[in-house]
Amino acid sequence: MNTKRTIIALACGLALLGTGLAAQAVRINGAGATFPNPIYSKWFAEYGKLHPNVQINYQSLGSGAGIRQITEQTVDFGATDGPMTDEQLRAAPGKILHFPTVLGAVVPVYNIPDVNAELKFSGAVIGDIFLGKITKWNDPAIAKLNEGAKLPATDITVVHRSDGSGTTYIWVDYLAKTSPEFKKRVGVATAVNWPAGVGGKGNEGVAGLVKQTPGSIGYVELIYALQNKISYGSVQNAGGEFVKASTQAVTAAAAEAAAKMPPDFRVSITNAPGKGVYPISSFTWILLYENPKDKVKAQAMTEFMKWALTDGQKYATDLGYAPLPEAVVKLETAALAKVKGT
Amino acid sequence: MANRTTTDLGFRLGTGAFAFALVLLVAGIGVELARVSMPSIQKFGFAFWRTSIWDPVAGEFGALPFIWGTLYSSILALLIATPISLGIAVFISELCPAVLRQPLVFLTELLAAIPSIVYGLWGIFVLVPAVRSLESSLPSALRQLPLFSGPPLGLGMLSAALILAVMVIPFSSSVSREVLRSVPAAQREGAYALGATRFEAIRAALFYARTGIIGAVMLGFGRALGETMAVTMVIGNTPQFSLSLFAPQYTMAAVIANEFAEAADNLHLSALVEIGLVLFIITLLVNSMSRLLIWSMAQDAAPAPKAKPEAEHVAAA
Repeated sequence: MNTKRTIIALACGLALLGTGLAAQAVRINGAGATFPNPIYSKWFAEYGKLHPNVQINYQSLGSGAGIRQITEQTVDFGATDGPMTDEQLRAAPGKILHFPTVLGAVVPVYNIPDVNAELKFSGAVIGDIFLGKITKWNDPAIAKLNEGAKLPATDITVVHRSDGSGTTYIWVDYLAKTSPEFKKRVGVATAVNWPAGVGGKGNEGVAGLVKQTPGSIGYVELIYALQNKISYGSVQNAGGEFVKASTQAVTAAAAEAAAKMPPDFRVSITNAPGKGVYPISSFTWILLYENPKDKVKAQAMTEFMKWALTDGQKYATDLGYAPLPEAVVKLETAALAKVKGT
Repeated sequence: MANRTTTDLGFRLGTGAFAFALVLLVAGIGVELARVSMPSIQKFGFAFWRTSIWDPVAGEFGALPFIWGTLYSSILALLIATPISLGIAVFISELCPAVLRQPLVFLTELLAAIPSIVYGLWGIFVLVPAVRSLESSLPSALRQLPLFSGPPLGLGMLSAALILAVMVIPFSSSVSREVLRSVPAAQREGAYALGATRFEAIRAALFYARTGIIGAVMLGFGRALGETMAVTMVIGNTPQFSLSLFAPQYTMAAVIANEFAEAADNLHLSALVEIGLVLFIITLLVNSMSRLLIWSMAQDAAPAPKAKPEAEHVAAA
């Protein structure tokens, strides 16, 4: 009887303690891009260890969903791989701010039987391939960039993403900048009307199709290629250099952009100028209201953002993301002060 | 006594409410789909059903290639799956040695329990390469036909139809088997008594069970129409209107699954919801048509059990 009573007393005590803790904890909810999900999860877990009273939940539903949910104020923050358009910003009930968190890159992957050499591509050539204008691997335009490589006369099978994706956004953003015809016929969005090829679902779908289909070319995120040891080609940057994607080459692209950073951070850094810059790179953004309803949450979120932009950056490289350059971190820390907290 | 009537009444009202809730649910889904797709309905009107450009950047949306892809893949799947399902059902219910029966029933039902994403992965890694080598080995004379035109990618309508067929078989065959089992033994005995061979007796049983078997086939068709994940992984996801089995195409369920999460633009979103509405309407039509078919056949067959027409059937066979 006695033991029973003790157990009940203990249980009550624990329950009280539990509610006491829960009352103090700040729960922040976010939703959006799938691309930065691995690093965001890592950040929220690490930050939770340092600040046990802050709990951040993130649903990686896609950039589109992130923009929709922050606009409808169903989440405390959103996340997106492509910056919001002016029209989307106007549709929101308050002013939304963009904060770049890390950088990613997209790389061309291909499968040509008996070609082991690392191929070089230019924006114009990739554009023509994805427009369906270059249809054979031994096309003079490809051969010109790859002197010495023995290219076969096989047909090119184009593989693109079938699902709407930030990866597609970065890829077509680059192609639209380097090929006027691509810009006119296809345009820039997370899902586009592809003139050629077949669609694979997700990075794994595209990589799987490229691996299996002789003569194919596709595009995947750099992280995905690195983690799965898929070889990829180098791409010509705005300076005419052929650069193979690496986290350093991506950070270099962002450092170039920092000098001309617009105050709202909505900037595309594909085809950025500069030496050693990988041209198919992009920021990924967290979206916050400038004047959020819940000041306590806003305060906690800005504290988290400060941590993520500084201490948090060290987790980026291991997960295949490029860390932000110093200059951008400085600009963002200043901009974070605009978010109205307690 | 009074107590008993109240309980009965309560029971009737309770279960009635559940049944009514189901009707409300279906109506609610329809209304909500129509409401959210309003911007797209207003902008494109009936053109949505018969144009074939799907361009989220330009904001132009036409559903025809998706409607075509859904119906074509499902019908092809049915053509492949129906004879196989019937074969399985007949073998298990009529010819199979008793020892094999339970394991076979278990295996076909196991097929239904496999998640569709697993079918999709199997499709990508096993089926698509096999279909590709089959396609490349086709003689070039045949490749001139519109049915087999285009490069042998492996990915495309044929792979989608095959994977759908595999997914539909457990449903059609299980229901057909149950229907065949419910054919009265007197039917078969009567056939044998008239000197029918085993084949003729089974044919008589199949004829007797025909409405149920059509129901089983339509159940499979409904499933094929809505299947999403496995299909999107092997069909190639290219919205085009093509007869070719080798061409990559697209289905309605697949485009919703692919583009919904990233559709930030209102018109794009509402066009995707309208695709959902179209799929909803087509599924309703197909189901009502199969219901009507079954009813009309059941009415034709209604006097049958009393008048014992089986002898007539056998004689006709």
